[in-house]
Amino acid sequence: MERERKEFMVDQRELIHILHEVQNHYGYIPPQAISQISRKLRISESEIFGVLTFYKAFTLHPRGEHLITICMGTACHVRGAPMILDEFKRKLGVEPGETTGDNQFTLETVNCVGACALGPIAIGDGEYHGQMKTRDVDKIIEDLKPKKGKSAKNE
Amino acid sequence: MNEFNATHLDKIRDEISDSRKKQKTCITICGGTGCHAYGCLKVAEAFKEEIRKQKLQDSVEVRTTGCHGFCERGPIVVIQPEGIFYQRIKLSDINEVISETIINKKVINRLLYVDPRTNKEIILEKDVPFYKKQKRIVFSNNGFIDPTDIRDYIALGGYRALTKILFDMTSEEVIEEIKASGLRGRGGAGFLTGKKWEICRESNSHLKYVICNADEGDPGAYMDRSLLEGNPHSVIEGMIIGAYAIGASEGFIYVRMEYPLAVKNVTIALEQARKFGLLGKSILGSEFQFDIHIFKGAGAFVSGEETSLMASIEGRRAFPRQRPPFPAQEGLWGKPTNINNVETWANVPYIINNGAEWYSGIGTKGSKGTKIFSLVGKINNTGLVEVPMGMTLKEIIYAIGGGVKNHKKFKAVQTGGPSGGCIPADMLDLPIDFETLTKAGSMMGSGGMIVMDEDTCMVDVARYFLDFTQQESCGKCVPCRIGTRQLVEILTRITKGEGQEEDIDRLEDLARTIKAGSLCGLGQTAPNPVLTTLRYFKDEYEAHIRDKNCPALVCKELIIYHIEPQKCVGCLLCLKNCPVEAISGERKKVHVIDQDLCIKCGACFDVCPPKVQAVSKYTGKKRDRILQKPSEKRVQK
Repeated sequence: MERERKEFMVDQRELIHILHEVQNHYGYIPPQAISQISRKLRISESEIFGVLTFYKAFTLHPRGEHLITICMGTACHVRGAPMILDEFKRKLGVEPGETTGDNQFTLETVNCVGACALGPIAIGDGEYHGQMKTRDVDKIIEDLKPKKGKSAKNE
Repeated sequence: MNEFNATHLDKIRDEISDSRKKQKTCITICGGTGCHAYGCLKVAEAFKEEIRKQKLQDSVEVRTTGCHGFCERGPIVVIQPEGIFYQRIKLSDINEVISETIINKKVINRLLYVDPRTNKEIILEKDVPFYKKQKRIVFSNNGFIDPTDIRDYIALGGYRALTKILFDMTSEEVIEEIKASGLRGRGGAGFLTGKKWEICRESNSHLKYVICNADEGDPGAYMDRSLLEGNPHSVIEGMIIGAYAIGASEGFIYVRMEYPLAVKNVTIALEQARKFGLLGKSILGSEFQFDIHIFKGAGAFVSGEETSLMASIEGRRAFPRQRPPFPAQEGLWGKPTNINNVETWANVPYIINNGAEWYSGIGTKGSKGTKIFSLVGKINNTGLVEVPMGMTLKEIIYAIGGGVKNHKKFKAVQTGGPSGGCIPADMLDLPIDFETLTKAGSMMGSGGMIVMDEDTCMVDVARYFLDFTQQESCGKCVPCRIGTRQLVEILTRITKGEGQEEDIDRLEDLARTIKAGSLCGLGQTAPNPVLTTLRYFKDEYEAHIRDKNCPALVCKELIIYHIEPQKCVGCLLCLKNCPVEAISGERKKVHVIDQDLCIKCGACFDVCPPKVQAVSKYTGKKRDRILQKPSEKRVQK
């Protein structure tokens, strides 16, 4: 009994690591993965579902091609982050956590990235854009769009 | 048997120090998060490239170091051993730095920091006012160490404290030393660290754990991140010492997933520590064995609470649980567990090396040592500052922080993150320690210090924090889950100008209920931002509710943007930048905003040239008067 309990604990301990791996690999947690993890770790699917929906790191839906993250930390907030977020929402037509219909952009917010000197900050595919103004929003979206579309426009 | 022992470590330290002395000049580049965002890695690469080109490798070293703290001025480059401080370095400056400063030994004046008060250029890092008033203990080595190279840490005396305790001190003596130092937990609650260790040590179990809480979730606080990224070995050394004192054999560092660089640097540091015989079996040839694992969080603010954090490591939802039993009695997997915050652990080696007496000589009666604050918001010198406990807010904000940005009027400083509160201008002489902040209705928290000026709306700030805690509430306790939601709804209503006279009483009543009826720190402190803003800024609430007036001109629903006809020069800038085409006008003719179309994005306000400043914001009666004017409608084309 004690041995079983120990094994169970070690298995459950791996759950968040595994979910991170799956999320990294697929960009989301596919339903098949949940049943596979459940069999492997001998944890019920509902328990796994409970854990993965509790944490913000995991999503059940694929993210878009590009990820735009807006820092909503306090320093960014007092420097006008809500206006930047509003503008992204308006331009992309989605709420935070959602992906545009063409699957190009996912808009997300983060509590703080700890680069407060640069606030307000928007992060486009890992690149930091500091001291954002509402008028900079367009450029960030345009720059992330596929290069093909851009050159076609130029021609 | 471990092949490395304490004698080896000393030998390695001497060898590194000797080889370092031959290196005459070292160009250190700040590799902290802020500087990363500014592009410091490109700067570092370019320096290396240029040094190679000019064949200077033998006499000049280029090192990307931990965070220097003065994020406002990044990317920061310091030339050692002189300590010449260059700020806001661009790629185009690099050739000049090498040819002038490195080769010709001349200082380049335009790259120096200029003290805005005296207009004097400052050459050395230690003379910059931002650093001068600080007392850097925990941060003392950040600027010299390449965090990915354990030899840098060892060369500066790293792991000497560990050698000392392993061979010269019993675990009881270590605990006594930490107790005598008066060190208190830097994560927020301020519990005596030595006492905590003692309770854990006395718990009867053959298996014990230590945990480093690096789930730094408070928005606007990033000192733990800088420590882990910049000097991970000081934290690891502290943890090994703690584990020895408590009798733990396994440790965890729980890092927030939003900090990828910290995860990377800690992982490297742990590998190197194992290689040098500092972790694993028979550490440095002693009988003590201990190892540390890194655990990446998954994005839940509540996991910063100790019982939630343990649940998260166990692979479960991060729900807090009732205490007692305290983690020191029954923690991770039911075993005695000692949890300390990053900064607390990082203090430990310094206390062991310099003694409890030295440490307790710094700070105030009840709060010893230094505290790192992240000074952010509407402040001139954004950055991480380490000061002795007991320094006044005024000294921190003005002498170190350089005062409020753009010569605006100071309104409040928010400490303690979502659990803390806002402290008004008339309390700036408050000496900072655990007790004084709590008495003021706020708290130390992890050390976030967000400066707010006259353009910050306090009702909006309260709504911001409650929105935060409401989203992060795990949902276990009803008063927290539903209460915070109600608070947000009432506050949102007030910021929209739909507040009711009774709302203030309702807020206070709800706040008290949430405080009393929540299990963990998140719920118990969640109402603090509301309570402190009500205590010190009630007039702003009343203005929103009674006069539909946002005095700070922040709340969108209560303000309008208006172009002053007598100031507008008709430059078309705002018209072109308006995303919804709400502005009409022609070149050299006065522009007008159509209030029905305006979405209040503020683009016109931003782009109107500083010399013109024709776009104004209005609230209250002035707003109503302007709205009644027929000219605010679209001019027919």
